[in-house]
Amino acid sequence: MSNVGTKENPLRVAIIGAGPTGFYTAEHLFKRKDLAVEIDMYDSLPTPFGLVRAGVAPDHQKIKSVTNLYTRIAQKPGYRFFGNVKFGKDITLEDLQDHYHQIVFCTGAQSDNYLNIPGADLEGHHPATEFVAWYNGHPDFRDRQFDLSQEKVAVIGVGNVAIDVARILSLSHDELAKTDIADYALEALSNSGVKEVYIIGRRGPVQAKFTTPEVKELGELEEADVFTLPEEMELDELSQKELESTADRGTARKVELLKSYADNKPTGKPKQLTLRFLVSPVEMYGDEQGRLTGMKLVKNELYATDAGTLRPAATDQFEELEAGLVFRSIGYRGVPLPGIPFNQSWGVIYNEEGRIIDPDTNKPIVGEYTAGWIKRGPSGVIGTNKPDALETVEKMMEDLKEGSYLHPSNPDAADALKMVEERQPDYFSFEDWEKLDEIEVARGEEQNRPRVKFTTVKEMMEAVGKQAAEPVV
Amino acid sequence: MNVSRILAAKPTNLVTIRPSNLIRDALAMLAQYDIGALVVTNDANELVGILSERDIVRRAVVVDDIMILNVGEVMTKNVVVGVPQDELMNVAHTMTERRFRHLPIVEGKRVLGIVSIGDVLKAQRDAYRGQIDTLETQVMADMD
Repeated sequence: MSNVGTKENPLRVAIIGAGPTGFYTAEHLFKRKDLAVEIDMYDSLPTPFGLVRAGVAPDHQKIKSVTNLYTRIAQKPGYRFFGNVKFGKDITLEDLQDHYHQIVFCTGAQSDNYLNIPGADLEGHHPATEFVAWYNGHPDFRDRQFDLSQEKVAVIGVGNVAIDVARILSLSHDELAKTDIADYALEALSNSGVKEVYIIGRRGPVQAKFTTPEVKELGELEEADVFTLPEEMELDELSQKELESTADRGTARKVELLKSYADNKPTGKPKQLTLRFLVSPVEMYGDEQGRLTGMKLVKNELYATDAGTLRPAATDQFEELEAGLVFRSIGYRGVPLPGIPFNQSWGVIYNEEGRIIDPDTNKPIVGEYTAGWIKRGPSGVIGTNKPDALETVEKMMEDLKEGSYLHPSNPDAADALKMVEERQPDYFSFEDWEKLDEIEVARGEEQNRPRVKFTTVKEMMEAVGKQAAEPVV
Repeated sequence: MNVSRILAAKPTNLVTIRPSNLIRDALAMLAQYDIGALVVTNDANELVGILSERDIVRRAVVVDDIMILNVGEVMTKNVVVGVPQDELMNVAHTMTERRFRHLPIVEGKRVLGIVSIGDVLKAQRDAYRGQIDTLETQVMADMD
């Protein structure tokens, strides 16, 4: 038999996860000269594109346009999409080892960091990630309940997810109705009782993770006035120094904008959005029914670590903030996959620059790789996953050259298809997705929206003419 | 982005040595692992110093047989350490301004890993590449 990676004997790769990293991994593989490669990309959802569909805010369509690039990758010969196929349930690691030379896990960070303070288990405290998945129509989260009758809502964290959540809560019906937000979320948010939204940051404005365009957007909301507190906008000496020595122009502009919000006066808009800095929740409290009613916040001061990062330290000053609904947004976290070594310290697959490592021997496991957030943890923008995926693909190519890859007993594309058809007859091909996409976009055109999403797997299947399988009794 | 993201995909890069080992052993380890510094720990696995190529070069100039010196005599004892929450931008600034190339990352007294200036540069390069790529995508969307 000829060498693996040739036209006669193509390299067969399984990519688990059809988010941005999965597509960048495929792109880097297809770009290799002198490599014949066949890629099967699996996803637990019928729809591809991961967080671009289910995470990026619905009013940020320009960011979502990156899917045009992914679609072009999917149209390359040798690419197949197997949606609605769950790793660990419909297919196992052994199945993949039996059909592919190399397997790449790009499953992202599907959980979030818990806020371990008294009262955090009260009803009304949710992960922001679940709210995001809910308003974006993720089938697994569409039935989540959020009490939007509350007038006061707080979002803990100052990353872009936190600011997305705060903005979505503050948008008017008309603003939301122009987006591809899930229909049920559009209705719920349009009828919400939310009047005051707080964003809570434990450090100062210079250290806030959200980006300048996002801060600017807050000042342009139709129905919400935005505020910061003058006393929290006065930079301490360390922050001032940091701004001068290390920060870029974007950060300087961001701080300027945030300072300008301290001068804002109420203009009579129905909602108020306030960004708070240098405070951390230390306790949540509720009523007799176990429902959240507010939080105790501690005021922080900044100190510099040895290496120069400004960190918060609690003072002895406290305040109380009323809020009936709180979203925590203090970081995503990876979820372990069955049979794959997991590094609990960092919440990632145990890996060395993309090669999955056996923690007992510290040696790479042949044929198994990882890329994206499940490799390095959640950081950066969508495009950051492109160089990350490249690093992994380079390791895959080195190993291929060295002859270190799996030797599947069924290395034929037809065999893999047969396996998928047996395990999950209701799988979605990329053609199925394109059909669904077309219908969603057409439904959107009628309402002058980018698309109207299907939000259950059953609906998706019916839309593309697949019969939902009878549940096995 | 904080330095824990660098350590997350480099779990096996921490190579430690004891102060009582010889420089000869240290050089062998530097060569074997193809790295530029060793973290020096005591019997309780606590950080007591760092031994870099530069430490060895500096001493080799003034000592005839450096090979038989102990690591503890040559290492840098006053080590600047990082924590997992340290941010890339600050770490890059501090390492550049204070002119050192290896930063052990600790949690309490436990050493979690080591970040080199090469790691920092690579992470910064990838972060910038990612940002450029994302911005380009958005510019293209405007043109469509």
